[in-house]
Amino acid sequence: MPEGKIRVLISKLGLDGHDRGVLIVTQALRDAGMEVIYGGIKQTPENLVGTAIQEDVDAIGLSILSGAHTILMPKVMQLLRESGVDDILVIVGGVIPPEDVPKLKEFGVAEVFGPGTDTNEIVKYIRENIRAKRS
Amino acid sequence: MFDKEKIDKIEKHKKEWEEECVSPEVRIFPERKEEFTTMSGIPIKRVYTPKDIEGFDYMKDLSFPGEYPFTRGIHSTMYRGRFWTIRQFTGFGDPRETNKRLKYLLEHGTTGLNLAFDLPTINGLGSDHPLSEGEVGRDGVPVDSLEDVEELFDGIPLDKVSTSLVIAYPPIPCMYIITAEKQGVAPHKLAGTYQNDSFCRDVAANVRVIPRKAELKLATDLVVWSTRHMPRWYPISIVGYQIREKGCTAAQEIAFTLSEGIAFVESFLSRGLGVDEFGPRLSFMWNAHNDFFEEIAKYRAARRIWARIMKERFGAKDPRSMMVRFHTQTAGCSLTAQQPEINIARVAIQALAAVLGGTQSLHTNSMDEALALPTEDAVRIAVRTQQVIAEESGVTNAVDPLGGSYFVEALTNRVEEEALAYIEKINSLGGMMEAVETGYVQREVAKAAYRYQKEVESGETAVVGVNKYITDEEQKIEILEIDEAFRRYQCDKIERLKERRDNKEVKEALEKLRECAERDENLMEPTFKAARAYATLHEIWDVYRDRYGTFDESAMVTSLGY
Repeated sequence: MPEGKIRVLISKLGLDGHDRGVLIVTQALRDAGMEVIYGGIKQTPENLVGTAIQEDVDAIGLSILSGAHTILMPKVMQLLRESGVDDILVIVGGVIPPEDVPKLKEFGVAEVFGPGTDTNEIVKYIRENIRAKRS
Repeated sequence: MFDKEKIDKIEKHKKEWEEECVSPEVRIFPERKEEFTTMSGIPIKRVYTPKDIEGFDYMKDLSFPGEYPFTRGIHSTMYRGRFWTIRQFTGFGDPRETNKRLKYLLEHGTTGLNLAFDLPTINGLGSDHPLSEGEVGRDGVPVDSLEDVEELFDGIPLDKVSTSLVIAYPPIPCMYIITAEKQGVAPHKLAGTYQNDSFCRDVAANVRVIPRKAELKLATDLVVWSTRHMPRWYPISIVGYQIREKGCTAAQEIAFTLSEGIAFVESFLSRGLGVDEFGPRLSFMWNAHNDFFEEIAKYRAARRIWARIMKERFGAKDPRSMMVRFHTQTAGCSLTAQQPEINIARVAIQALAAVLGGTQSLHTNSMDEALALPTEDAVRIAVRTQQVIAEESGVTNAVDPLGGSYFVEALTNRVEEEALAYIEKINSLGGMMEAVETGYVQREVAKAAYRYQKEVESGETAVVGVNKYITDEEQKIEILEIDEAFRRYQCDKIERLKERRDNKEVKEALEKLRECAERDENLMEPTFKAARAYATLHEIWDVYRDRYGTFDESAMVTSLGY
């Protein structure tokens, strides 16, 4: 078990502002004892990665409902690699068609949590996979 | 309405019934739950009797359809006279694609158009802006200039259709009016709606380009101009749909929306318009969610509350100023990605609630909308769902058929009571703008959304296909795909437009717009001028951004304490 609280940055990428999901996930992770930095909406890949590094997070959770994930996620993953922080666990939620999930994973996204996901599943996933990343 | 003696007799008998009928039955079959509530948490009794609406005054609380307080509906004949407008929210790809889909829908029996614009457009950004990458045409149609609006409505006679433009502030409305003029249709002949709801953009969709008060100013400019020039047009649709999608309760949906309504009325009055001048031109939009009877009660309560507010608080005299005329959309957030075909059943029930609640216009979601924008086949089914309700179910043959039901009237009273408490709270905070700036509304909505999520996760609330009746096999349906080709098409168009238009004229028009904005004048006329010269949407919005400043997103996140 890593020392201290698990630090997670939750944000929305792109122009879509619908935040019902991210606010719920933020609360659920906080209820589970994690330190959650809510990065807000309309984040660009650049300022998202900047915040992640600044806040020294263990994981990033992103919500994309607009369909822009195919363009934005590869950029995020590339920036994380270039900044030497690709050990940050990246998970994504939103409206992601099942056929896009393998593609996102190829880019380095750890897991995609689609519509209907139970927040307990997300908490469990982060806890188990942070351990993997830090050990 | 019922005399006390009769009610007491009924209540006495109810106790006997509980002992002699209910108790033996529950011994064999206990009820499914300890407590039954509506989706929003209102307790539901086993059975309702006249006692539950003791003190009910038919003329005061209901009256007749088309008469104050309009509880039973805003028209006397409702669907016996005319069905609601079938108005499917549409927009994707580029203006040509959307034009094709609009024609398809009209062919299949929709009776009004309802345009969705993409995120860059809603945010006043061109398709060629770096932030628009990956976003163009994905969840609405892009509009970069008048050229796109012309393309969008090519071959669609604007004097023969009613068009809802789900957009805010002058630019696209101006482009629509110019397009109609080019077809030979004068503004006063046009029928339709603009959404133009600055609060909805902000609280529900988190779209804030310029500061809140500036967004309200632009909305008001559009309403003031339209009130004077477009007698058949509704220049605002005060929206509850979106905030309900964020997870609030039914009572909150109408309370927050009607509080917005109050704020808008005050804004329009401050410009010197009379309440009966714009009153008849207000419209609303509601959600149609899962809890059938709660939704019906909600629509009826909303009508009664607003009628009283307009009459008593604002002194409206024209009955049309007191009416909640509304469009409804079935709840997007209730759609499941799992077993998407069952969304057809959900939507049918939700649509039926909207009809029994007296909607003037209706959008039914397509089954695939938890995954993507609708395919032609999916939207056809959604349209046919409305047509089945209209033509086959018989519910349209009597006005407000559920009026007088002890349950529905009790529930209407209860939803009204809860909503009025919220409206009062917002009044005490200083009005909707204050309530939003201080985060009160956002926090209430987030709380309600989280509570609902926990109810689903604990299994207390069933979601068929998600936490109950789960199917392991993957259900494959065809979904609509949007790619970057649409963005490239738009970018090419913008480039060519800038080459062939009279750039001197554009520059002058934008300069004029800037001057009028500096003087805080109504921006409709100068926006018309700029739009006519084929200034791009982005260029027009740049003038607004320069004048009012861009909204500070990060400051807001901090102040709301997320």
